[in-house]
Amino acid sequence: MLAIIWRRFRKNRLALAGLIVILTLSAAAIFAPVISPYEPTKIDVYNVLSLPSISHPLGTDELGRDVLSRMIWGSRASLKVGFIAVGIAIVIGTLVGAIAGFYGGRIDSLLMRFVDIMLAFPSFFLILAIIAIVEPSISTIMIVIGITGWMDVSRLVRSEFLTLKERDFIAAAKVAGAGDARIIFKHILPNAMSPVFVAATFGIAGAILTESGLSFLGLGVQPPEPSWGNILTSGKNNLTVAWWLSVYPGLAILITVLSYNLIGEGLRDSLDPRLWKSSDRGA
Amino acid sequence: MVPMIFGITLITFSVVHLAPGDPVAVETEMSPKASAQARENLKKLYGLDKPVHIQYFDWLKRFVKLDFGTSFVDSKKVIDKITERIPITLAINLLSLFLILIIAVPIGVLSATKQYSLFDKLSTIFVFIGFSTPSFWLALLLMMLFGVTLGILPISGIQSLDVAGMSFFERLLDWAKHLILPVSISAFGGIAGLSRYSRSSMLEVIRQDYIRTARAKGLKESTVIFRHALRNALLPIVTILGLAVPGLIGGSVIFETIFAIPGMGLLFYDSAMARDYPTIMGVLVIGSVLTLLGNLLADISYALVDPRIRVSGGKN
Repeated sequence: MLAIIWRRFRKNRLALAGLIVILTLSAAAIFAPVISPYEPTKIDVYNVLSLPSISHPLGTDELGRDVLSRMIWGSRASLKVGFIAVGIAIVIGTLVGAIAGFYGGRIDSLLMRFVDIMLAFPSFFLILAIIAIVEPSISTIMIVIGITGWMDVSRLVRSEFLTLKERDFIAAAKVAGAGDARIIFKHILPNAMSPVFVAATFGIAGAILTESGLSFLGLGVQPPEPSWGNILTSGKNNLTVAWWLSVYPGLAILITVLSYNLIGEGLRDSLDPRLWKSSDRGA
Repeated sequence: MVPMIFGITLITFSVVHLAPGDPVAVETEMSPKASAQARENLKKLYGLDKPVHIQYFDWLKRFVKLDFGTSFVDSKKVIDKITERIPITLAINLLSLFLILIIAVPIGVLSATKQYSLFDKLSTIFVFIGFSTPSFWLALLLMMLFGVTLGILPISGIQSLDVAGMSFFERLLDWAKHLILPVSISAFGGIAGLSRYSRSSMLEVIRQDYIRTARAKGLKESTVIFRHALRNALLPIVTILGLAVPGLIGGSVIFETIFAIPGMGLLFYDSAMARDYPTIMGVLVIGSVLTLLGNLLADISYALVDPRIRVSGGKN
């Protein structure tokens, strides 16, 4: 089945391009100490706010730090936040959705009311409120984005569970004496995961946007540790004199988020068996 | 609706009270000499010496009377601080909702009726880029272009300093100039989203039998699209608009901070930075209740435009 999915995914050129961008970016993040031309926090008072040049391809910021190096190191923050925040959201969302969908009745309506209430909060407000009280740091925002972003996943998982639990193979498992936990995790969950993967990919895109917004507001990754969002803060502070501080980090966020969205779209099409053609099964 | 509001207050209260750190610490950490006695007095003043559930019910009782207490920052009443900020945020959000509607729906309809055309492809690209653009970055770029390079638009606040000496129309123009950038930026992401929804909604409707019937009986294509298809395609869009409200209100934090617009978003940002607990709780609750009202309005207008619900509504 994986082969079929890959074969379909590969045909979607945009999704493939997105995947290549993300892989390249992850490599850059992993090898940041090797490839970045300068130390990301090295202050150089003789080269403050210098234009992009050969020695500083993307210019320097108000402390003379090399923007390219800061962006390479900053990609670590984006990748980390994207994956861990979405990981948390998926664990919570899957558990809530699975329990609600499997048991139904009172438990279901109670959990789904809770989801409705969580969705009523303007999400950025809730995130900001928690971060204001707990100290802002990269780990805080990963957790906060995770615990405020699981509701869509739980709805998806719930609806998958509602249909899957009526199927014959679940009845067979029950007759064979499987317990609830075994049925939920071994029999239903694996069949319910493909929409979750799609949602997760879009979720990473959203988490990166939120992280950069929070860091931009000074509530995310704290300087001097670089992130694309907090480089943009210096961009804003030097708006009239240094366009490069605003243009490049934002472009990096745009390209990364766009890539995740394209991958998500590609995954959605290739994971849906109804769209599979006989030619996809190939040789 | 009422249980929902109850749940909202419960979560708001828990978020603020279960998190580590307490408001008294915030007020006294600036003055390390504050005695233990002073701390106790402060705790008593805010009712923090009582058990948590009693504190919650006390707070809830006052909340019903719209009394959120006084701000830690300037001792003003929280409800006054919020009500003086709401109109600006609401005005900007309504303007951008309007902008989203009048731009996104035509884009969606046109790309659905001309599926796979060049326009459809271009608008799909626009949608993907729109989804992926950080709004604050777009704000910076536009500020740079219109505010700095071209110098034709102001980049902060909602009115000029010399507004007192202006006539009514000059004031209106001044106001519009200040709002153009914030409104278009807050609408940008929504335009991308809604044009996608209206496209798929329209595509679904066009495949229906009654559209084929309308064409078969020889109606003009424009009549088929605008009279028969569009009306039906608009139904789900109304709901989506309602769902966009929390995003818009939440987004107001970002663009109000960037453009220094004194609305609810900036109030929330400032009180978060100052750890002004009463204001944080007040804005959080009011913001979510506004969201609920937005959803309710969407439900009602859905019922108004959809004859199926209007007719069957009486029976249930």
